[in-house]
Amino acid sequence: MGAKSEKNKPFPGGIGRFRQKYDNNFLISFGIMIAIFLFCFLMIATGNATRHFKSLLVPAGINIILAISLNLVVGILGELSLGHAGFMSVGAYAGCLFSIYTQELFPIGVRFPLSLLVGGLVAAFFGLVIGVPVLRLKGDYLAIVTLAFGEIIRSVIINLDFTGGAAGLKNIEKHTTYTSVFIIILITLFVILNLINSRHGRAIMAIRDNRIAAESLGVNITYFKLLSFILAAFFAGIAGVLYGHNIGSLTAAQFDYNRSIEILVMVVLGGMGNIKGSIISAILITIIPEMLRGADKYRMLFYSIILIIMMLLNASPRFAEFKRKIRIKNLASALKSKSRQKEEV
Amino acid sequence: MTILETKKLGISFGGLRAVDDFSISIQKGQLYGLIGPNGAGKTTVFNLLTGVYKPTDGSITLDGENITGKSTIEISKAGIARTFQNIRLFKNLSVLDNVKLGLHNRVKYNLLTSIFKVGSYSRKEEEMNKIALELLRVFGLENEAQLPASSLPYGMQRKLEIARALATNPKLLLLDEPAAGMNPNETAELMETIKFVRDEFDMTILLIEHDMRLVAGICEEICVLNFGTVLAKGKTSEVLNDPRVITAYLGE
Ligand SMILES: Nc1ncnc2c1ncn2[C@@H]1O[C@H](COP(=O)(O)OP(=O)(O)OP(=O)(O)O)[C@@H](O)[C@H]1O
Ligand SMILES: [Mg+2]
Repeated sequence: MGAKSEKNKPFPGGIGRFRQKYDNNFLISFGIMIAIFLFCFLMIATGNATRHFKSLLVPAGINIILAISLNLVVGILGELSLGHAGFMSVGAYAGCLFSIYTQELFPIGVRFPLSLLVGGLVAAFFGLVIGVPVLRLKGDYLAIVTLAFGEIIRSVIINLDFTGGAAGLKNIEKHTTYTSVFIIILITLFVILNLINSRHGRAIMAIRDNRIAAESLGVNITYFKLLSFILAAFFAGIAGVLYGHNIGSLTAAQFDYNRSIEILVMVVLGGMGNIKGSIISAILITIIPEMLRGADKYRMLFYSIILIIMMLLNASPRFAEFKRKIRIKNLASALKSKSRQKEEV
Repeated sequence: MTILETKKLGISFGGLRAVDDFSISIQKGQLYGLIGPNGAGKTTVFNLLTGVYKPTDGSITLDGENITGKSTIEISKAGIARTFQNIRLFKNLSVLDNVKLGLHNRVKYNLLTSIFKVGSYSRKEEEMNKIALELLRVFGLENEAQLPASSLPYGMQRKLEIARALATNPKLLLLDEPAAGMNPNETAELMETIKFVRDEFDMTILLIEHDMRLVAGICEEICVLNFGTVLAKGKTSEVLNDPRVITAYLGE
């Protein structure tokens, strides 16, 4: 009885300042990321990591950044964007060109973070240029325009000289390490999760849930749509720069429509608006095709089948119930009630 | 003191004259009813008052300020809040967060504070929690504060919408069929709540309602719309006994 009335209180035990700032979402997402990093670090330090394993760390991390930033637009704001690879590519080219042309000016330790910033800002600028006319319109124009943007930017890059044209941009210093990717993931998580848990984030989710009601409360729809869209483009741009400094070269073909869809699949698979889910699914989508390499020509077939099964599982109410059951909080309370039953017997 | 005054307000949708020559005047603290048959143009009046539609004719004055043609956001800031005929809650957000959105322009901090959680963040959030919980208590919803809004039963959702609108601290509160879908017990309770809100917050309320017992029970004045025009307006008891009003309703 006492426990019940306690549970019914608005904030059991009051809400502390720390918990107000850092909710479960925040702490669990950071927990997951730090655990993954420690695991990778130990694997490498103990000499258990194969070359193949090591080669997947950076791509997986880049996918995590892409997935959580796209989730801000698709899951939190509720607008469909099909051009995330486009923002990644403008960021990649801007940041990598910057790093090539300033080779004599700064040492790599300064040049690398600067080029990340340049890539992010240029991508954000493109987000602004596309967002301002499109996000003011009511309706699903964003999907069409971002799709067109991704394709247009690709052919523009191919036809320019300073981007290296179709042959691509070469001689980019390979400076991306899994540690630097990890740091950027933490920054991305910090910014996006903090944003979600604030008056700005609430406004963004309110627009998703009911635009008309949000507007009637004085929420500036255009501002918050633009804010999410530009922020997502910014992180996609940074991911692009990390990508360029990992491979050492860039070609426009890597940033095609399929790449955008792949990022979108990560978001949908991890759950709309679910940042933890995006982390997990970005990792899965990076490693599954690699694990299937042995299957050779059936690889893409298996890959598609696995994707479909995962999507179906995610949509199934039984699986949702199962996930609910295995949540730590619920496990703990189930254990408690069991032990109480025993006492009573 | 006049809070709301409309003069010859009108709007056309293509050939349809949805509202025409609509003039009313509402005093501070009044409970004013807007009634009429289905499709009479009542919700359209609310949409005109809140800037969802721009009037093709006439003017709207709120507490001495001309708000004709202003945007929904400006009108919200000027002091009109509303509920919707078909409930419009933020379904995936908690009950508490729904009310906190009503505080969006009242308790503010900037984007950097949101992202870095420094400065006034904790203080402002605590302030919001306090105001929002007090409002939820008025509507008996404080125990549901942490639940998603969509999990509430229908009657509670209607109340939450009123709480959220009140959180904007409006000069005028518009309620679009607050008792729709409620049983007689819930309706009776809602009547008490609306009266309580008027007295406690010194609020001016304009409400649309089909339930005549509610209208007769709490509205001091009413206005009857029929085919977009004012059929009658004035003291509730007088208007409800007006033969023209009776035929408009029975003639349906
Ligand atoms: N955006 C619009 N475009 C065209 N016609 C509209 C629009 N909004 C409302 N109308 C028309 O205006 C008329 C009045 O509609 P309104 O919703 O205001 O009626 P109401 O009095 O609220 O009715 P109810 O009691 O059924 O809610 C209707 O004929 C409706 O079809
Ligand atoms: Mg209506």
